[in-house]
Amino acid sequence: MKKFMNSADDFLKESLQGFGAAHQDIVCCHYDPNFITRVTPTKEGKVALISGGGSGHEPMHGGLVGHGMLDAACPGFVFSSPTPDQMLAAAEKVDSGAGVLFIVKNYSGDVMNFQMAAEMMQGPNESVLTNDDVAVEDSSFTTGRRGVAATVVVEKIVGSLAEHGGSLHECKALGDKVNKNSGSMGVAFSSCTVPAAGKPNFDIGDDEMEFGVGIHGEPGRRRDKVKSSQEITNELLEAINEDLKPEANEEILLFVNGMGGTPLTELYLIYDNAKNMLDKKNIKISRSLVGNYCTSLEMQGASITLTKLDEELVKHWDSSVHTAAMRWGV
Amino acid sequence: MSVDFLIETAKKIQVVINDNSSEIEKLDQEIGDGDHIFNVQRGIKLVIELEPSIKDLIMSKALNQIAMKVLSGIGGSSGALFGTLFMTMAKGNAIDEGVDYKKAIEIFAEGVEAVKQRGKANVGEKTMMDVLIPVSNCLKKGVEDDKDLKEILKEAIEVAEKGMFSTKDLLATKGRASFLGERAKGHIDPGARSSQLMIKTVCESVINS
Repeated sequence: MKKFMNSADDFLKESLQGFGAAHQDIVCCHYDPNFITRVTPTKEGKVALISGGGSGHEPMHGGLVGHGMLDAACPGFVFSSPTPDQMLAAAEKVDSGAGVLFIVKNYSGDVMNFQMAAEMMQGPNESVLTNDDVAVEDSSFTTGRRGVAATVVVEKIVGSLAEHGGSLHECKALGDKVNKNSGSMGVAFSSCTVPAAGKPNFDIGDDEMEFGVGIHGEPGRRRDKVKSSQEITNELLEAINEDLKPEANEEILLFVNGMGGTPLTELYLIYDNAKNMLDKKNIKISRSLVGNYCTSLEMQGASITLTKLDEELVKHWDSSVHTAAMRWGV
Repeated sequence: MSVDFLIETAKKIQVVINDNSSEIEKLDQEIGDGDHIFNVQRGIKLVIELEPSIKDLIMSKALNQIAMKVLSGIGGSSGALFGTLFMTMAKGNAIDEGVDYKKAIEIFAEGVEAVKQRGKANVGEKTMMDVLIPVSNCLKKGVEDDKDLKEILKEAIEVAEKGMFSTKDLLATKGRASFLGERAKGHIDPGARSSQLMIKTVCESVINS
């Protein structure tokens, strides 16, 4: 294993310290328990948005704390969910009295820990559970679809509504709506190594790809030989379209997300390939996002997310945001 | 059961888990995300480090501190599930007036029931519940039938092992292994293996005391 690290034990702490120092105009990092808040207190009457999850997916979620998005983020250890004491401490710090909305990715550990935090919390709170990964079959016999890159879209859009005075109930409803309107699927060419483990999470051949991979390198639909980018992109989009069923002339957000080890050059190439296919189907790309937002450490891979847009969603997507990882309109 | 017993048993569990760490890690890399062994090792270490602050506490307070430490120190599903187990045991009726083996079995069974609710998993879903639920039932049945304690515990060790092996041919329907579908078959669940080792250590420690 080659990684920039001094010791596995200090990996997260040092990374958080660097993040906090580099973006001290936007965020403030708190330790033991670990959580990240905006540098400014929550406006009175504004619903506080708190997300969190295992570390290793940066910039999600710490990099999405700031004006127009999250009020706080709770980073767990690498690929391990945060714990209720983190959520409770974060809530105490950012709840202005208007309530707390937890945004949680559908992974068992995250769900259980956020649920315990919600049970222990005194004030009003709601949760939005994201489950946009179409690679996994959603049935009563599985844990259900995973929450992946569309979580970024949910946080942006609901963040804007909260900033504009949306109530806890309205924020929860909009979060559920964005999640329902989104579908994602990813593919990985290489594995990733959790610092404490010291070796790759899974084995994959030089000519192989994991199709439908999760954001911790969990297996997806199948193991395939690597194909051309256009073929891979077509297959990802077909799987998403089958689930999301966008209609001709429907407006969508096309989000090409890197998993940490894929250069932007390739992500833009994927974007071009995706546009080719969506153009053929007369699906209108009205908003775009390309970059590393929901990563899996150094994994070489990418995911595509489509979100069906309407006037309300476009308005909140376009509104100003000022975080370490996303910044526009300011 | 005393607070001393809890700490001494945790130390024995630490040895057993460390001895089997590479096997558990490998199982988790096959069907999980590879972090289970680190979570378990971290949790046990944290519990052992609690010794100075809990050794003179009454049982309910000691168990509660263990619960909060496990919950905040482990993270992931393991933290929430083991935290729920100890938190429920800490709420056991009249445990501060002494915990004999019947009481210990009663609160363990209540804890396992709470874990079942938290994780929404039952027997047959390829999780640690395939070990914990049968063990809990076996212990309760042993008390009802008024069996000799050592006999009950020997039986529990066998039931735990059988439950652990049963996960091998199961499809996973909970947790990350569930994303694998058929591909998870043929692998023992790492959580079932680690809990089986813990159950075995606790039972043997009582048998040999």
